[in-house]
Amino acid sequence: MDSSQLLGITTFTYLFSTLLYVAILVFKTPKIGSLATAFTAIAWLIQTGGIALRWVESYEMGIGHAPLTNMYESVVFFAWTIIALYLLIEWKFKIKIIGAFATPFAFLAMAYASFSGDISKSISPLVPALQSNWLIAHVVTCFIGYAAFAVAAALGIMYVIKNRSNDNLLPPLPVIDDLVHKTIVFGFIWLTAGIITGAIWANSAWGTYWSWDPKETWSLITWFFYAITLHARYTRGWAGTRIAFLAIFGFVSVLFTYYGVNFLLSGLHSYGSG
Amino acid sequence: MKLFNQLWAFFASVKLAIFTLCSLAVTSIIGTVIRQGEPYSFYVTKYGAKTAQFFHILDIPEMYYSWWFLGLLGILSTNLIICSLDRIPAVLRIINADNLAVSPDRIKKMAHSREWRLSADHPDLADLSALLKKGGWNADVRTQGRSELYFSQKNRWSRLGVYIVHLSILVIFIGAIIGHFLGFKGSVMIPELRSTAIAYSAKDSSPIALGFEVRNDSFGIEFYENGMPKVYRSSLTVLADGQVLEQKDIEVNDPLTYRGITFYQSSYEAYKEFIFNITETTTGEVKQFVLPFQQQMTWDDKQLQFGIINAEAIGQRVVRSKVWFKTGDTPATVHWLDDNASTSISSGGKEYVLKVKQMYATGLQVAKDPGVWVVYLGCGLMLLGLYMAFFLTHKRIWLYKHVDADGTTLNLGGSSNKNKPAFAKLFNQLENIIDSANTQ
Repeated sequence: MDSSQLLGITTFTYLFSTLLYVAILVFKTPKIGSLATAFTAIAWLIQTGGIALRWVESYEMGIGHAPLTNMYESVVFFAWTIIALYLLIEWKFKIKIIGAFATPFAFLAMAYASFSGDISKSISPLVPALQSNWLIAHVVTCFIGYAAFAVAAALGIMYVIKNRSNDNLLPPLPVIDDLVHKTIVFGFIWLTAGIITGAIWANSAWGTYWSWDPKETWSLITWFFYAITLHARYTRGWAGTRIAFLAIFGFVSVLFTYYGVNFLLSGLHSYGSG
Repeated sequence: MKLFNQLWAFFASVKLAIFTLCSLAVTSIIGTVIRQGEPYSFYVTKYGAKTAQFFHILDIPEMYYSWWFLGLLGILSTNLIICSLDRIPAVLRIINADNLAVSPDRIKKMAHSREWRLSADHPDLADLSALLKKGGWNADVRTQGRSELYFSQKNRWSRLGVYIVHLSILVIFIGAIIGHFLGFKGSVMIPELRSTAIAYSAKDSSPIALGFEVRNDSFGIEFYENGMPKVYRSSLTVLADGQVLEQKDIEVNDPLTYRGITFYQSSYEAYKEFIFNITETTTGEVKQFVLPFQQQMTWDDKQLQFGIINAEAIGQRVVRSKVWFKTGDTPATVHWLDDNASTSISSGGKEYVLKVKQMYATGLQVAKDPGVWVVYLGCGLMLLGLYMAFFLTHKRIWLYKHVDADGTTLNLGGSSNKNKPAFAKLFNQLENIIDSANTQ
């Protein structure tokens, strides 16, 4: 068993997780919920094994480094963090139906990682600029933030659907709204830490903590977006549908920051482009 | 006076904050799709003369340092200062409030409130302080006649969390301003064996005196098996008046700092020159020459003539050099030497050790930024402020006891400024503790 096999399996297990959670909604059988959770947890453990194994494999190749250094590794970690966060939320708030909205994000991420021809899966050595302890701190904090915003967007979609259909399998609107808020707050703090660790790393590598590089600028734009959302909610009393839509649009900004910048714009962060 | 109040309200408003943040977010996008920092001709070629002129008027090529962008940041700063000055007094009043002066009527009207009536023949109540302590609350008490009021609170300072976040943004701006005015950013190329006392400004390439010399003793690149660069390393020595002050091998992510100026490994340039070391094996004498490609040089004392007549390279990087070597009148010999590898050769009956190393210049980013630590302080404050604002709740509980002829009344009240469901649970726990104390 090697890491690429384990990670390959992960794509399909997350697809099955999605189907199990969606089945709850479609067949109106909450009882499938426990099976869905158990299956997702096992799938997540398998993915954890895959990531850990890839880390070990890089050392066996003599070019040891944490598996967070190219687009493939980052998308895999992104999917991993989404599921980890989702399972944490499910455990804390006991609402299994959120899985139907959150797990698809993880599945789509893994599907892109596994099947896209644009990105390379091979373990390659680190160029000098990436040889730093800040790599782990910066990538991990950013991706926990991204994953939280993904879950917030999932909850936003859930809110909109509940608002229109009033499906009784979905929790009450105030409950969903509260969760959207909590995940946005969580994401905001981790994104702040991600931007800060990036700045400190940039200063030790290039002598400048901020250079208005497209990646840096877009991460700031995303940060502004969620800061505006939090202000609108806290002090202007916005809640409900408006916040749900902001959570969804915010994720578009996150996707552009993560992915669009690497492929559509030029700059210092070209490491992510495959 | 009225105008002042209106202006103050405007600059203290959330509306302004949201407007300014929106403006900053949207305009920032412009600088990511229109390339920054290019010469005027670039914009003419790409967008046409008219658009390029329009961009020039609005400072679009340097938009993040333009008057209007900095103006938005200025409005944001003013907004942050005034909104905080506007709201902090009220917050401080809550933090420093005399909570033991709260009336029992107010306690009954609180969001969380519970009353107990105990008859006159009810056994003596347990020490209320101890009960509250059991629930995790260290209470202060104020007695008035036959009444006692207990009060306890947690995390009252967390109410300032928001303002610490606001302050942190201002601290970061101050750090950036300090760095801009008291620091510089530049670069310099230093060929091996040479030194420099100047760096060149990134802004306009004007020379910046360092106040000391930096010498490049050697530069080397290591490669992975697949040909990708593994390490760029420069051995640097800091000198002043010929005195060695510091020495460090720098790599990317591992710079050299001296007297507040930091030197970062950034790039390199390969020259068509070589550093040629000759060791006469028998005497151990060594001499170093800087040898341009295909040029002959001599070591007169030893009657040696030599030159590099050919080289094998991958791109600009020489891998092997073909050395022509002649001792006195004996026939010349030709040797292929690996780059930067000491090789023993024989020529004219004598033994020599030769080392040919292609000469490089190291490219360094040079920066001085006295504001960096202020910026980092701001970053730390921001994380602290966010934690206080979102994860700490100001919780307060009051317990009022009044004894009269008919018996004892207990009123428990509580409030929290956020995370109400969690506080509801906490309040419930307290109720249960008092319930069980009363049923003894």
